[in-house]
Amino acid sequence: MKQSGIIDRTGGIFLLVMLAVAVLVPASNLLLPAGHPLHVPDYMIPLLGKYLTYALLAVAVDLVWGYCGVLSLGHGAFFALGGYAMGMYLMRQIGPRGVYGNPVLPDFMVFLNYKELPWFWHGFDMFPFAMLMVVVVPGALAFVFGWFAFRSRVTGVYLSIITQAMTFALMLAFFRNDMGFGGNNGLTDFKDILGFPISAPSTRLTLFVASAVALALGYLICRALVTSKYGKVLVAVRDAESRTRFLGYRVQNYKLLAWVLSAMLAGVAGALYVPQVGIINPSEFAPAQSIEMVIWVAVGGRGTLVGAALGAVIVNAGKTWFTGVLPEAWLFALGALFVLVTLFLPRGVLGLASSISERWKARRPAATPTPEPAE
Amino acid sequence: MSFEAQSSEPYVVKSHGALALEAEMREIAQDRPGANRMSMTPALLYLDNITVSFDGFRALNALSLVIEEAEMRAIIGPNGAGKTTMMDVITGKTRPNQGVAYFAGTHDLTSLDEAAIAQLGIGRKFQTPTVFDMHSVEDNILLALKEDRRPFSNIYWRRTPHERERIDELLERVRLKDARFRRAGDLSHGQKQWLEIGMLLAQEPRLLLVDEPAAGMTDQETADTAVLLREIAKTRSVVVVEHDMQFVRDLDVKVTVLHEGSVLAEGPLDQVSADERVIEVYLGR
Repeated sequence: MKQSGIIDRTGGIFLLVMLAVAVLVPASNLLLPAGHPLHVPDYMIPLLGKYLTYALLAVAVDLVWGYCGVLSLGHGAFFALGGYAMGMYLMRQIGPRGVYGNPVLPDFMVFLNYKELPWFWHGFDMFPFAMLMVVVVPGALAFVFGWFAFRSRVTGVYLSIITQAMTFALMLAFFRNDMGFGGNNGLTDFKDILGFPISAPSTRLTLFVASAVALALGYLICRALVTSKYGKVLVAVRDAESRTRFLGYRVQNYKLLAWVLSAMLAGVAGALYVPQVGIINPSEFAPAQSIEMVIWVAVGGRGTLVGAALGAVIVNAGKTWFTGVLPEAWLFALGALFVLVTLFLPRGVLGLASSISERWKARRPAATPTPEPAE
Repeated sequence: MSFEAQSSEPYVVKSHGALALEAEMREIAQDRPGANRMSMTPALLYLDNITVSFDGFRALNALSLVIEEAEMRAIIGPNGAGKTTMMDVITGKTRPNQGVAYFAGTHDLTSLDEAAIAQLGIGRKFQTPTVFDMHSVEDNILLALKEDRRPFSNIYWRRTPHERERIDELLERVRLKDARFRRAGDLSHGQKQWLEIGMLLAQEPRLLLVDEPAAGMTDQETADTAVLLREIAKTRSVVVVEHDMQFVRDLDVKVTVLHEGSVLAEGPLDQVSADERVIEVYLGR
């Protein structure tokens, strides 16, 4: 490809890994016998798929934080809204198979004495409409929020605080039963997606591969954006906002575009997350969730996209392991990780990897053509 | 710094009285074609009766200033005289409480935002060099080039041969050709100042506002900067805010002295530096 700028070495490796993951994990699950050491058991598939949706979410956070300097502590809101849109579709798919057997109303509505479907639930029985809402709803919220925030030049910690307030407010709203989203319990007991049973191994594999593809595409979109001149302006905004303004750029429009796109990607991540974990409830809006996302990005390496995805997988794999072994220590471990990364790895795991490889290259004498014997 | 040292004849020491007399005579000579002062050609920048108050403090107090097309003007004044606030008003960062500001006769600067004013052709260089540290020198110039500023059209941007030529030409002019691929953050202070001037030129502005371009520069760099600015002023209007009197002398242009938010004196440097009120403000007598 002539456009060598978009896919650099790290990005190439990342895409190859994604391809390998998308092919090898299903292959190992389907072809290897259960006792084989390389066999990926069925229960691992949705878990790995969940990591991939988190990775996509982290890429979205990195687009605004790493390249635009907008530290969002509310990306969980966009993720959850995408998840709810998918959840609403899955609820409508249940049809008369619910406990109360109502063909139109989901169980929780029957339970809460709803007489008819609220207006905002219409259309969600159609998959294409639901998929549209997965990007439109988070995108619209981001647009309205960003329009006011960026025009009023709210920046830095103040902006972070209001993003946090946004997700907190949504959490409180979604907890209420009269909101029409299942309140505390959220949406669950899904039966099938596009006619395929949702917990069947083949459906889970398909969702896993879809997550890998979405991550790769999301990465490519963000990468194309940040390597364009638009991306150069974004970095300029991050490093010297008022200078950029005096060069004649409308900074608020640049931020808004990245912000809305990032929210949409987060929505897609949420939509892929819900069918794999089987539930969406208001706890996804919890402020702590959104803060954790920022930690993933910081651990992996801010402003690298690939690092963000890597960080999401590392931290969540660590979380899975920790909550199995020492559940009460996880939050301490997460806090310690964040402090250590901030202190010792300002460029994250990816930054560490690249500085090691640079040092290694520098140590190898470039002048001597013969390879050095191992020491 | 004493004012005798800055006279146009450096080796002649004159008393204040003699200087004042000379200045007065020059003033009379200048005032003679008085009608010409209110020239009929529309000024490039026209500020009239601009007042800016911050919490009751008047940063600008009925300031009036006219800059002609392709004129270079030096603005001097003690700290707090309102130099930076004046630049803020012209570039849209600060809205005046009162007064009018017109650019090129028709554009009301008090109703436009920074981006719109920059796109009209007013470029601003800050006191501390502000370049995009993480970008290469080349990209810094690229971002400043006078091109479409809308986000969507910049997504589909491709580098054109014309852009490359422009960047080459500008880097040549600010002597940063060899530093083309270096990170702007790694440049020396003086180089950053010049890069910023290069970025200003890339914007192809009709008016350049330059805040203390010589700050922190070596003597040689300062002299070179004066030459560069004079060259720029052949085709564009330039307003230079400066503390360094030697630099202002090198520029050899009309000087406006600001004090407490208004114009205290205006004219050639020799004349204003002989002005009793200017001496008083500067030397605190």
